[in-house]
This record gives sequence, C-alpha cells and structure tokens, in this order.
Amino acid sequence: MKTRHIAVFSALAAVLVGAIVLGAQDARIEIIKGDRPVIAVADMHGSGAAQQYMDQFNKTLWDELDNTGQLRLAPKTSYPLEVPQQPSDFKPPALFSIWTRPPVGANYLAFGYTAVQDNQILLYGFFFNLGQPSVQSAQVFGNRYYGALSNDGAKKVAREFAADILRQLGIATLSGTKIYFASDRTGGSPIKEIWSMDYDGSNQKQLTRYGSSTSQPAVSADGKLFAFMTYAGGNPQIRIHTADTSRRQTFVNPVSSAVATPEFTPDGKNILFAATVDGWLQLMMAGIDGGGMRRISNVRAIEVSPRVNPKTGSDLLFISGRSGHQQLWRMNLDGTDREMLTTGEGDVANPSWSPDGHHIAFCWTRGYEPGNFNIFVMDIADRKYVQLTSNSGRNENPWWAPDGVHLVFSSMRGRVTQLYTMLADGTNVKQLTTQGNNIQPVWAKGIE
Amino acid sequence: MNIRTLSAAVFAATLLLAAAGCKKKVAASAPPPPPPKVEEPPPPPPKPQPPRIDTFAAEPATLERGQSSTLRWTVANATNMSIDQGVGAIQANGTRQVSPGNSTTYTLTASGSGGMDTRSVTVTVNAPPPPPPPKPKPTVTISSADMLSREAQDIYFDYDMSDLRADAVRSAMANAELLKRIFAQDPNFSVLIEGHCDERGSAEYNLGLGDRRATSLKDYYVQQGLPANRIRTISYGKERPQCTDANEACYQRNRRDHMSAGQ
Repeated sequence: MKTRHIAVFSALAAVLVGAIVLGAQDARIEIIKGDRPVIAVADMHGSGAAQQYMDQFNKTLWDELDNTGQLRLAPKTSYPLEVPQQPSDFKPPALFSIWTRPPVGANYLAFGYTAVQDNQILLYGFFFNLGQPSVQSAQVFGNRYYGALSNDGAKKVAREFAADILRQLGIATLSGTKIYFASDRTGGSPIKEIWSMDYDGSNQKQLTRYGSSTSQPAVSADGKLFAFMTYAGGNPQIRIHTADTSRRQTFVNPVSSAVATPEFTPDGKNILFAATVDGWLQLMMAGIDGGGMRRISNVRAIEVSPRVNPKTGSDLLFISGRSGHQQLWRMNLDGTDREMLTTGEGDVANPSWSPDGHHIAFCWTRGYEPGNFNIFVMDIADRKYVQLTSNSGRNENPWWAPDGVHLVFSSMRGRVTQLYTMLADGTNVKQLTTQGNNIQPVWAKGIE
Repeated sequence: MNIRTLSAAVFAATLLLAAAGCKKKVAASAPPPPPPKVEEPPPPPPKPQPPRIDTFAAEPATLERGQSSTLRWTVANATNMSIDQGVGAIQANGTRQVSPGNSTTYTLTASGSGGMDTRSVTVTVNAPPPPPPPKPKPTVTISSADMLSREAQDIYFDYDMSDLRADAVRSAMANAELLKRIFAQDPNFSVLIEGHCDERGSAEYNLGLGDRRATSLKDYYVQQGLPANRIRTISYGKERPQCTDANEACYQRNRRDHMSAGQ
C-alpha cells in the first residue's frame, strides 16, 4: 500500500481542491497523503504482574502510531466497552462490524494482551485488516514480543509492535531516531553545548562539556559520529566526537580564522565544511581526520552550510552570498554546474535534503523584513516551493526526519527559541524542548 | 576818579566860566539845580565755579580676568558725583576696587551748579592664558590594553556589508594611529579584531560576515603600514550582541568591529 506520495498540483488543481496557494508561486507540494487510514488501538490489559506496566505500554503504542502523522487514530472514547484480547473473541455474524461502523469507523484494529513469562513481559500483539470477511483473512499478523518486566520493557515491546504495524502499512517509524541540537540551558548565551534527544523530545542528554559557544551539529549517516563547531580553542573550529560515548576524535583543522558548518558525506568517509580562505568563508572537503583537504568553492563571497544530496552523494546544496544577500545554491561536488535555486529575494539559510533527495527544506525571509525567517519546502525538480510556517515567530533550521514526512525546526516565539516538529505540510506542530534556547536540530537515524 | 569827583570838577569849571562873562554883565543869573543824585547799582553776585574732574584713572588699566583694578579720582566744584557700572555715588576724592569680568569703561559724572563734567576710563580685561598641557602620562601606569580599550573606536557597518563606510574610515584612521603608538611602545603587543553582526542574518552566514568585517579592518590597517602578524581576527557572528532590541538603532550597534588585546 502506497501511503506516501508526492505530487505537485497545478494552480488550477490547487484552487479546485481549495488548497492554500502560498506566495507568488501557484504551486502546492503534497507530501502527506490526504486519505489516511483509520486505525483503532484498543487499550490492552496484562495478567498478573504485567498489569502495572500497561499504562506505559498503552501510551507508548498510541504515541508511536500517532506521531507518524500518517495515520488517523480513532478516538478511544468511541470504542465498544468490550474489546477483544485475542482473535477468537470475534464471533460471527457481527464479527468486526462494531469497529467498522460509526462512531469508530476503523480500517484497522490493533489489539492483544500481556502476561508474565520467565520473569519477562510477554505481549501477544495482533493487527487486523477489518475490511476482510473472516478472522483468518483479516489477521495481518499476530506476533509475540518480549521485554524486561518494567516500564522500559513495556515501552520496548510497544515500540516493536508499533514498528511492525507501520512496516505493514508502509509507514516509516521515527522510533529510535535521534535529534541532535545546540542548547544554552547549562550556561546561558553565548555558552552552548551539543545535546541529543529522542524524536518525541524525551531522553534529552548533554553530549559536550566545553563551556564555550558550541553549535552546528552534524551526524554521520551511520549515526556513529557527530561533528560540530566550537569556540573552545579560541577561534571557531570543527571537532568530531563519537555518538555513543562522546569521545573526541582526531580532526586537523585548516589554519584559518573560522572553520564551521560541518557535514558528513553519505558514505561517511569525508567531511565538508566552510573555512576562511583569503578573508572569505569558502567550502572545503577533507577526510574525517582532516587529511586530504581541498577547496570546493573559489569565489569572493561568503559560502556556508554544504549539504550533500543523500541519494546521489555527488551534488550539494549550500548558502552563498555571491549574488548579493545569502541565497540557496546547488552544485556538483567538483564545483561544476552551479545554480541558484531561490529567486534572489530576501535571505535564505539552513538547507536540508529530504531522504529521497526530491525535496529541500530551508528557511527564507522572502516576503518579510530581514530576519523574519519562515520554513519553506521546494521540489528540486521544478523548483516550486511552499511556505510552511507563518505568523508564528522566527522559524529556522529545518531538518528533514528519516521518515521523509516530518521536519524538526527551531522557532523563536517571544524571547526564547525552542525546537518543534511538524509534518512536511506544516501541520501537526509539536514542541519538543522547553529549557533555555535550543537551535540547529539535526535529525539522525539512531546508531546502527 | 569816581563819578562824584568828576561831577564836582565839572561844577567848578562851569562856575569859573560864568564869573569871567559877568564882568561885562553886571547882573549874574541863578545856579542850575544839582544833577539828580545818581543811585549806586548793587554789586553783581559772584559767578559760581564749574565742576571739574581733575583726575580719574584706573590702576592698572589692563588686567587678567579675576584680578582687580583701583579707580582713583579727584573732583572739584561738584555736588553730585557718581560712577556708572554699578559703582554708584562717590565722594570728591576717593578710590574704589573693581573686578570686571570683561573689559569695561567706567564713566565718572560730576555735576554741580556750575555745570557738569564727565570723564571715562577703560579697564581692559584679558582672558586668562590657556591651561598648560596635561602632563604626559607616564607609560608605566597605563597598559597598552588599557590604552586600546579607552581610545580605540568601534567600526560600524551597513546590513550584510563588510566594506568600510566613510565614517568607518575616519575611525579606522584614528585607530591605526593609536595602534602605531601602542605597537611602538609595546613590542610584544598584538591586537584582536572581533567582527560582530546584528541578529537578522542566519547564524552560519553571520559567522562569515563577522569574519569579513574583521578582515576588512585588518586589511586597512596593513595598508596603513601596520604589521599583519600583530593583528588577529575572530568572528563572533551574532553570538555576542551589545543589545537585543529589534530595532535599527540596536542592529547598528551590533554591526561592528571591536578591538581587544590579543594574547
């Protein structure tokens, strides 16, 4: 079942479906499909000692499915009083009708129960397609899941069950992904450190302790290394740490007044960054120990934020001031085929590729005063773009989630900047952070 | 001879002529009546003497502000005497100390029944000489870093620009002279140029922009003959703003180069 499709409608179609037509362009980029399946997720019970962990379990299962943004979860208040615990609970002739008719109106049902076995929590998890005529044909799968007899164990089996459901529906899960970011919560501006958290804002951890302005995190494709910029040594320099223990790795910086905006190549072998050469920040590439350095751009303009196409590995987005104010550009890794992707209006910053390489998220002041950034998404094929945020503060640092349909971004609403996620159509906005100021999120797959 | 004597003589002569003529004539005529007695006029009143200022002088006539001069005068035949400029009524002979703030002409007026007399004297007041130049600061009591932080001027830029404006060139010129003095007196001193930006650009781009701003000032100093190896640059982008208000006045304060002592 194809649950994700991306379509760009013409102006006429956009008007016909009543979509909001944004900006001067008569375009609409649709990344989130409109007719999302409805799934009912019945609260489960546990026998014996397992019951005490079921609140954690039920909440985790619900959130894991809901946070994808690509399912509609039927509200629990609409469910029948008696919920099935195993397939044999469905009796003809009623069968699934109480679930498929209003008010539930579900296409799918997740149900089951837990018990204690060998001092572990055991989940029997079933997933039914309610459009089928019999119990046998309706069962998409029925699996057993084991975890520690604890809240963490309950969370683990819930996530695994949710992951199987999402896999069946062709929906990528965000479970296990990590968001790296810079936060000033420990020292106050300008002191910042690199932190990480789970995709839903839980499990926030401080990774660096330089007591300096440390920001601009980047994460390798395998999730094992993260790079960043820090003033810890005086002038801005890049450092690389391991993701698991945050141990510093060797990286030899070029002799330069500023080295910043690191980015790993998709193969993990090289690192791109900006370094000042002859008074201008220029794009450079080197091995991840800093060896074999070479210059990619050679222009009397500021160039920062190289972002390599994750699909091709051979072209990159970057921000350049060569046409005047900062704009979004693309070129090949060897410096050829440079092209400006934005119109030259306003200031552009923080490009991010969608995982499939088809779309770009970035922030732009187009249509606003300098500094009033909003999040935009562009279809790289035809360069049509849509504006996702408006009238909600200063929005920057969009970064595409590994599922291809979410974005994480920073938003200054009032005096502080916090991190939020949203679907790539601008809906389903959720705040992830609350302490201090938090900026420059990078959404990475977990450590493989 | 007074009138009465003269009249008696005239009368005697007339009498002599009449006796000689009578020899021929036997019968003599009656004598004329005496002339009317002449009334003697009262003597005229004595004429009054006019007032007279004999002396009116200021000693000294030229002085410096804050000093005083003595007015000295002698006046005769006057009943009312005064000096203007606030001195007021005076006696016929006297002195008075005055301390005018500026050059002043004093006029003495003396009047009486015989008339009036005036006389003026000018006291010239010179501005005091300018104070002596401050004593040169002994170099041991002020460090080069203090000199830099006291005298160096911040250099301001336009939005998203890194070239030196006309006002920036004037400030940079003064800074270059300052650095020449500091470098000359302190051979180990180096300077750090910090480039800063306002909050509106992105953090990443502003790092480059602050770097540009620091570099363009360094380039200017090197053109002015300062040694490049004693001038370091650093960009703080928008990390260290002077103010955080969302208005042009604050933005301008943050779009700057600032100099501090290098390590």
